[in-house]
Amino acid sequence: MSTLVYLVPLFPLIGFLINGLGRKRLSKSLTGIIGSGVILASFIVSLILFFDVKAGHAGVVKLFDFISIGKLDIPFAFQVDQLSSIFLLIITGVGFLIHVYSTAYMHEENSDHYARYFAYLNLFIFSMLLLVLGANYLIMFIGWEGVGLCSYLLIGYWFKNNDYTNAAKKAFIMNRIGDFGFLLAAFWIIQQFGSLNFADVFSNASGMQMNDKVLVGITLLLFLGATGKSAQIPLYTWLPDAMAGPTPVSALIHAATMVTAGIYMIARSNILYTLAPTTQGVVAVIGLATAILAATIAIKQNDIKKVLAYSTVSQLGYMFLGLGVGAYTGAVFHVMTHAFFKALLFLGAGSVIHAMHHEQDIRKMGGLKKALPVTHITFLIGCIAIAGIPPLSGFFSKDEILAAAFSASTVYWVIGVLGAVMTAFYMFRLYATTFLGKFRGTHEQEHHLHESPKAMTIPLIVLAILAAISGFIGVPAVLGGSHELEHFLAPVFAGSVKLQHPHEINHNTEYMLMGASVALAAIAILYAVSRFSKKPELNDAGGFGKVLENKWYIDELYDAVIVKPLRGISAFLNNVVERLGIDGVVNGVGRIVHYGSRQLRLLQSGQVGAYILIMVVAALALFIIQLFVL
Amino acid sequence: MLFWFLTVLALGSALMVVFSKNPVHSILWLIITFFAITGHYILLNAQFLAIVNIIVYAGAIMVLFLFVVMMMNLNEISSPLKNKWLKFAGVISGCSLLLVLIAALKDTDTMQQEVLLNTGKIGLINNLGTVLFSDYVLPFEISSVLFLSAMVGAVVIGKK
Amino acid sequence: MTINHYIFLSVALFCIGIIGVLTRRNVIIIFMCIELMFNAVNLLLVAFSKMHYLAASVVDPATTAGTDGQLFVFFIMVVAAAEVSVGLAIIVMMYRNTHSIDASFLNRLKH
Repeated sequence: MSTLVYLVPLFPLIGFLINGLGRKRLSKSLTGIIGSGVILASFIVSLILFFDVKAGHAGVVKLFDFISIGKLDIPFAFQVDQLSSIFLLIITGVGFLIHVYSTAYMHEENSDHYARYFAYLNLFIFSMLLLVLGANYLIMFIGWEGVGLCSYLLIGYWFKNNDYTNAAKKAFIMNRIGDFGFLLAAFWIIQQFGSLNFADVFSNASGMQMNDKVLVGITLLLFLGATGKSAQIPLYTWLPDAMAGPTPVSALIHAATMVTAGIYMIARSNILYTLAPTTQGVVAVIGLATAILAATIAIKQNDIKKVLAYSTVSQLGYMFLGLGVGAYTGAVFHVMTHAFFKALLFLGAGSVIHAMHHEQDIRKMGGLKKALPVTHITFLIGCIAIAGIPPLSGFFSKDEILAAAFSASTVYWVIGVLGAVMTAFYMFRLYATTFLGKFRGTHEQEHHLHESPKAMTIPLIVLAILAAISGFIGVPAVLGGSHELEHFLAPVFAGSVKLQHPHEINHNTEYMLMGASVALAAIAILYAVSRFSKKPELNDAGGFGKVLENKWYIDELYDAVIVKPLRGISAFLNNVVERLGIDGVVNGVGRIVHYGSRQLRLLQSGQVGAYILIMVVAALALFIIQLFVL
Repeated sequence: MLFWFLTVLALGSALMVVFSKNPVHSILWLIITFFAITGHYILLNAQFLAIVNIIVYAGAIMVLFLFVVMMMNLNEISSPLKNKWLKFAGVISGCSLLLVLIAALKDTDTMQQEVLLNTGKIGLINNLGTVLFSDYVLPFEISSVLFLSAMVGAVVIGKK
Repeated sequence: MTINHYIFLSVALFCIGIIGVLTRRNVIIIFMCIELMFNAVNLLLVAFSKMHYLAASVVDPATTAGTDGQLFVFFIMVVAAAEVSVGLAIIVMMYRNTHSIDASFLNRLKH
């Protein structure tokens, strides 16, 4: 059955080709049907594969030889196992819902751009599937670059707006910095292990010493790639700007799937990371720092999508914390639940923006509860889920990560809970300001307020159900569950688990931890709702709040430390090296030739006698060379 | 003995061709050179070429030269002095070419081979005519075309 | 006589021709010097023809080796005659245009 796997990426590729090539001819409805239909087909195949894997048929499917040079052999092969099948389901499932949602959300576009949008979206799904399915680092890298490209194309979808294209460029360049790390790591892996296939690399690596310098280097470089793609410190600033793209794109690419590529990659390479505790420490600290930093910024943002974007960065930080402390299952679990509730929140935000005629500032919203009942309910579910209130999904996944963090270090746990409390606070600040209180927009907007069409609300409802119940597949033993996800994923992480020696936390401590985090989150929620439903912050913040509103001035810092010096160097190179050096050489060559030829022209006397003389002298010279020199 | 006499005659009159001031004198010295070379041909028993040399070169071509010179009436034109250095360089390079050629050729293997004088039938018109009209008939006919085109060319250029 | 006598004679005549071409400015004299060089080559060809004939006739008295050399001379004379007719026509034309037959006036090649 797993031979069907090639169909999974093939369908989106076909969709991309049809929509991309036929965009001048296809009607909008046809484009929408093709675009969504291919993803649905992919999803069905993914489901078949999932059950196949569940029945125990995991393995590598080799399609053809891709690169074969000397001893290096890189096949075009797909890895069908527990980890990739979970990701396949998330990508194609959430992807399908978002495609359906897009058919309605993007309806105002003309058919040409509409088809372009769906073509990009299908290409993105194709690349993401390649990334997840690849059985070696090269195929993964192809997908990795593909999703980066699609992200760029979709952020800059409204390419006539200069700010949007700048945001797209920023995202692309930030990603390139990360890709550079990934690429170096891939070369190093070839040099070290002579292969890029996961199976070979991991089996060779498991024989190496703990904290081997090479392994630490490789994992750090891979992590640099992950920080680019998954928006971690120091490369996270592109993600909030990426909100320039259409909202469904933000939901799909910049919340649910692409940004989790880094987590997938590290989870896939878990054995390397387990063998390099130094890197793991770096990953955990970076993840935690990102989680806190992004959460503080999110508290003071007023753009509905920006809040969600920083929330995404923060949640990704949690996932990296999980990876850093060795809770790979927890990280993957959080990827899954996060995909559901963050996609839900973004689509809900899209629905609000749609209703408000592209108004994104929450200070001009308020009281949307009555006008948008479905959006309101589903958005509320998403907020509760992300805040970590049981029994919704976010509680289970976040709690698993926090428990693992506690067993690694109490400090991790304290900071993690602090971040979780802030998450609850800013999410409900967003919720209360948007949906509660009085409407603060213009009369015209109020008049036009309407619930979104079915194509948008149905995906919201489906995602809300998933966000609510998906946590139950990972109920930990302490709450009487069996944690089915952990059992399912066990084969993938088996190598790492063998090497880990976690301290068991006793159940009482665990109850206490859960109780503490839930109670604190609940307090934060109540405070936020009571404060912001009546009296939202309408003015620009002052004092420390201003620092947060301006995102800790990180963008400005990067601008001053990196961009400006680079500009200076470029200006120097342009004005001095280019103008004087290179142009000088080029023009100098021209001048020398010109001068030399003017002197040589004097030889051209036009006198036949002189020419003959030169000819005779030359013949003489040839004779002399021929006879006496050679 | 005859060889040395003809050689001295040829070289001497050749030098006079180059160095005499009057073009008509040059032409006359050239005719003498040609006669000396014809003598060499006879000495080599190449009678056909000797006759052709007299008729074509000493007769037709030199008469043509003489006509042209006389038609232009160049006798009194003493050409203004050419650049002395160029003249000097010409003499030097010509002499050094001579030296280099002699130096190059004096040690070759065939140097001491004899040349048949006075006898030998190949230079006679009988043998040459047979070969010319059998093996070389095509080049012979082509050379007639060459003559035709030269004639047309001369007429066209001269008419302008 | 050995062949080197003829070779040196020819080389000497040829070089005299070259010196003439290089030193004289009268186009007609230059032309005549070219004819002189032709004749030097012709003489050498005939001498070589007889040398080969002598070498071959020792083996076979009825041989016609060396005929080709003399026919070559014949063809050179043919070409020389054609060349002289055209060349002199050009000289006449030049004289008509510039009223001079000085080669140094012919510096149009410069442009």
